[in-house]
Parts: sequence; C-alpha cells; structure tokens
Amino acid sequence: MTIEELEKKANEIRKDIIKMLLAAGSGHSAGPLGMADVFTALYFEILNIDPKKPDWPERDRLILSSGHIAPVLYATMAHRGFFPISKLKTLRKLGSGLQGHPERTKLIGIETTSGPLGSGLAQAAGYAYAARMDGARFRVFCLTSDAEHQEGNHWEAVAFAGKYNLSNLTCIVDRNNIQISGHTEDIMPLEPLEDKYKAFNWHVIGIDGHNMEEIIDAVNQARAVYEKPTVIIAHTIPGKGVDFMEYDFKWHGAVPGAADIPGEPPKAEQAKIALAQLRTLGGKIKSEHE
Amino acid sequence: MINKSSRLNSKIFEKDIEMVANRQGYGEGLVAAGEKDEKVVVLSADLKESTRSILFEERFPERYIEVGVAEQALATLAAGMANYGKIPFISSYAAFSPGRNWEQIRTTIALNDVPVKIAGAHAGLTVGPDGATHQMLEDISIMRAMPNMIVVNPCDCLEAKKATMEAAKNGKPTYLRFAREKTPVFTSDDTPFKIGRVETFWESKDPQVAIIACGPLVYEALLAAKELEKKGIESLVINCHTIKPLDEQAIIRAAKTTGAVVTVEENQITGGLGGAVAEVLAKNFPTPMEFIGMPDSFGESGAPDELLEKYKMKSKDIIEAVKRVLGRKSS
Repeated sequence: MTIEELEKKANEIRKDIIKMLLAAGSGHSAGPLGMADVFTALYFEILNIDPKKPDWPERDRLILSSGHIAPVLYATMAHRGFFPISKLKTLRKLGSGLQGHPERTKLIGIETTSGPLGSGLAQAAGYAYAARMDGARFRVFCLTSDAEHQEGNHWEAVAFAGKYNLSNLTCIVDRNNIQISGHTEDIMPLEPLEDKYKAFNWHVIGIDGHNMEEIIDAVNQARAVYEKPTVIIAHTIPGKGVDFMEYDFKWHGAVPGAADIPGEPPKAEQAKIALAQLRTLGGKIKSEHE
Repeated sequence: MINKSSRLNSKIFEKDIEMVANRQGYGEGLVAAGEKDEKVVVLSADLKESTRSILFEERFPERYIEVGVAEQALATLAAGMANYGKIPFISSYAAFSPGRNWEQIRTTIALNDVPVKIAGAHAGLTVGPDGATHQMLEDISIMRAMPNMIVVNPCDCLEAKKATMEAAKNGKPTYLRFAREKTPVFTSDDTPFKIGRVETFWESKDPQVAIIACGPLVYEALLAAKELEKKGIESLVINCHTIKPLDEQAIIRAAKTTGAVVTVEENQITGGLGGAVAEVLAKNFPTPMEFIGMPDSFGESGAPDELLEKYKMKSKDIIEAVKRVLGRKSS
C-alpha cells in the first residue's frame, strides 16, 4: 500500500472504532483512536501474516499487552480480512468473539489473552525466547501502553529481554501521556523512558506514531538490530482524529454516546461529530461522504 | 489393612523407611519428562537448587531458563513459551508462585489455556523455621478456585515424579505442590497413579470412616488407620492427590460406604481439599465430616514436627477427629 492508502485505511478503521464503541456502549476510545495508524501499518505493511492461514507457524506474532485498546485490534483485523467487518458491531456483546478484552481462545487470529496491564511484554519475550531456541525466523511484536510501565511485571520482562538479547522482539509503546485518571507524569512519572530502556540493553527509537513512514522505517531499523531487543516509543495523540477527544484523559475509559460529559458535546452528538471529523481525514479528504 | 493393589513400600511402617523430600521427585520427574519430550523447558526464579530444577539444568542446560527473582515474569514468560509450543515448568516456592503471581497465572495461563506447569515448592507448614511468610497454606484453595487449572499434591517423592511426568503430557495448566521436608517414601514405583483418580491405600472390611488426605500427610493418615485398627475402628485411607478435578464418584462411594469422612491436608481448611470434598458430599450425599488442616490461621517459626503437633495435623489428631466424626454419625 502507498502511504496515502495506509492513511485512508487508518481513517476507515477509526470510523469503525467509533461505530463499534457506540454500539457497545462501554469501553475505551482514546487509546484505540491513537493507535489506529500503528495498527494499520503493522497489519497492512509490516507483519508477515495471512488472514486465510491464521495458524501459519511462520507468521509474525503480535502480542497486544494493553488489552483495553482491543477495538483497534478488532477493527484492523476485520479490515485485513480475518473476519467480516459486520462482526465489529458485536463488540462486548454476549456470545461474541470480540470480548471486552481480547481472548485467544475466543477469536481466531488473537495471539494471546490480555487486559490486566504489564503482562504482555513478558509473554512476548517468552514467545521470542522459545522461538529462537528452535531457530524460528518470525518476529514477535508487543504493543504496550505507556501507563503499564508503572507495572513491575513489565520491567521484569524488560530486564529478561535485555539479558537474553532478544533481537527477534520489538516492543512498541503507545506513548500518549494519558491514563484513566490523569496524565502519566502526574500519576506516576515514566520519564526518562528512553534512558530507562537503554539502561536495560535495549535499542531505542522514538517516532511520531501517526507518521506512516516513520512507523515503517522504525520497524525496518529494528529488524536490522541483531544483538538486542528494540523498543519503538511511538508518540501518539490520544483520541486522534476527533478534536474533542484529543489529548483528553476523560476519553480514556469513556465511549461516545454513553454519557454527557462536562465540556464535551452532548452524548447524542458525540459519535456524529466524531464521524464527521474523521470523514475528512483532518482536512485531507474533501469529497467523501458516508 | 493396607490395600495390596496399591503396592505400597513393604517397609512402610518400619523405622528405617527411606526419607526423601517430594520436591526431589519433581526434579527427577523433570529430567524424565525432558528425556521423553524435547518441548519440555524449565524456568526458575533463582531457586534451582531448592526446587530441584537443578537436576534438569544439569541434564539439559539449553532448555533451562533463569529468570531471576521475578515470579510475575516467571509465569508470564512461561505463558508466552507455552503459547508458542513449549511445555514450560515454572519452579519457585508456593508462597511466591502461585502466591505472588496468581493473577498472571489466571489471565495468561488459565484463561489463555496454555499448558504451563506451576511447581510450588516448600508449601505447607513444614517449611518450619522460615516462618509464616514462607509457609504457603492457601495455595490449594486459590488454585482450586481457578477454572482450567489442575491441582495435584503428591504424597511422596515417587508420586511427585509420576505427577511431574504425567503433567508434562496432559496439555493443560497444572499446579504441582511440593514440600521442603524429607518425608517417608511409602509408595513404590508400581503404585498406581493417574491425575484425577484417587487411590485407596488402606481398606478394611467394614470401614466406619473414610480418611481422605493429600500430600505427605497421607502417611500420617495411614499411621492413624493402623492405630485405629488396633482400637477396633475400621477405616479407609484415600490418597486424594488430585484436588482438581476431584474424583467425585470415588468420594461419594467412600461416603456411602462409611457414613463419615475426615479430610487431611497441610493447607487452610477454608477452600482446600476439605472444602472440595464437602462441596461434593453436601450436594450428593450429606455426610458428617471433620477437617484436619490449618484453622484460618497463619503459621510461625518452629521445627516442622513441632508445628504439625501445635496445629494438630499428626496421626493422633487424625484419630481424635475420627472419634469426633463417629460420634456425630447417625445410627
């Protein structure tokens, strides 16, 4: 795909995220919208995967640690052909494979069960270690939130991957600076995050998490690093694409259409406004209509 | 009398019976399982010596992974390895694993349904001098409550080896519980063992009470049965090594045969083996019961035997419990 096609795809995914969350009536908005570009780049450009063969042993593995951003995972998987887009509206509904937090045994193509924070990187590191024992060639990617760096389990995994030089492991951090009750640096500071990873023997790359070229280049650079694991700190805007959600931690754990929030559009308007803004892709698309 | 088909050690009641910690059986079982299946890997949180994982490391250094004092990572790294296709055994003390990493085990192993084997060593009161912090007495209860989890507490070193080898093949999340102390090796290589199936070690003609036990205290239960026989009280001693899935039919049968049950475990009475047996009987065949185990209390420092005395887990305490339950039996 061209960069422009990827950007358009990410925008389609954002629209579906809004629609899914509106139908679900609960969940998280800011993180999924913020990570739509990274997920699009991964599923449409970077990962060596085949939706027709989800169990293909040589596939790249994507371990989502911050399970609460599941809507962006589901929407991207649907667009990539793992299951019909029509299934997205079953998010969080009884009997759906699209559980509130992803479950490996409930939906084909999900690599692991996650939600409780801080446990994804260790699983990815274990996976990468085991794969390297067998000489497997695929790569393991782990997507983490920034706030889950407040969990001890995460740093245990950072130490492990650094000690064992897991160069087949790439961690992508969604550095959006918010968490459910405020800003990360107020709740429990994470900076200097790059230095912390470097101290644990990781290769560190910082990028604009909405710039497709930077995302793809960073992963390619990570592939070339052969003696240590790589972390890509993707600076993202929470709620990206919807102006009243951007940078606003109130939308971390809220969804459009569920409640009137002080200072925000009335609940009946929230999804409509969000979708209208997303249709134009920040002004880049002038003529598309729903 | 001893059930012949259980093929227990012929020296079972002799003074010089061999004493070996059942965690040694874990180490030997790891080596045997590793020889049978190259997918078996062992992770340790800085406790390879005392968990006997060192035996596996010596034989298969390339399949032994040291993770440091990091039990949450121990569980979650293993979850990733099992997800890939390995059969990881994770070794630590029960107080820390599954004590500290219970949520990680719940989410990334049990709910994820990947075949990680959690080995909790130094479980129970008999860690002794280390004191209450290290005397894990809640592990059977917290692991039994977890869907998808198999829970096994072997009675001696030989059974521990068999349990370890079988766990390597069962394809399921499994908790194996071991103790620190040397305890009698009273089974034999030929003693039948199957996860999920009890073995009746003592079977009198007309038993009035069923003693259902797990772990090394099964030996205390046998000592009690022998004494009770002298007093004319006939009993069954059931080695219920698998607390989950519980061999419900065998337990209901034993209750119907005897009409009285005593459970014996080195775990909190709350939610442990006793709780599991009570749940089954309350629903299927309500039976008077007595419970040997920790009575909603923490332990303390002391010699292992002193602690078993103080907290009433010795054969004489089992005998007293039998008398109590027989007194409650409706005639």
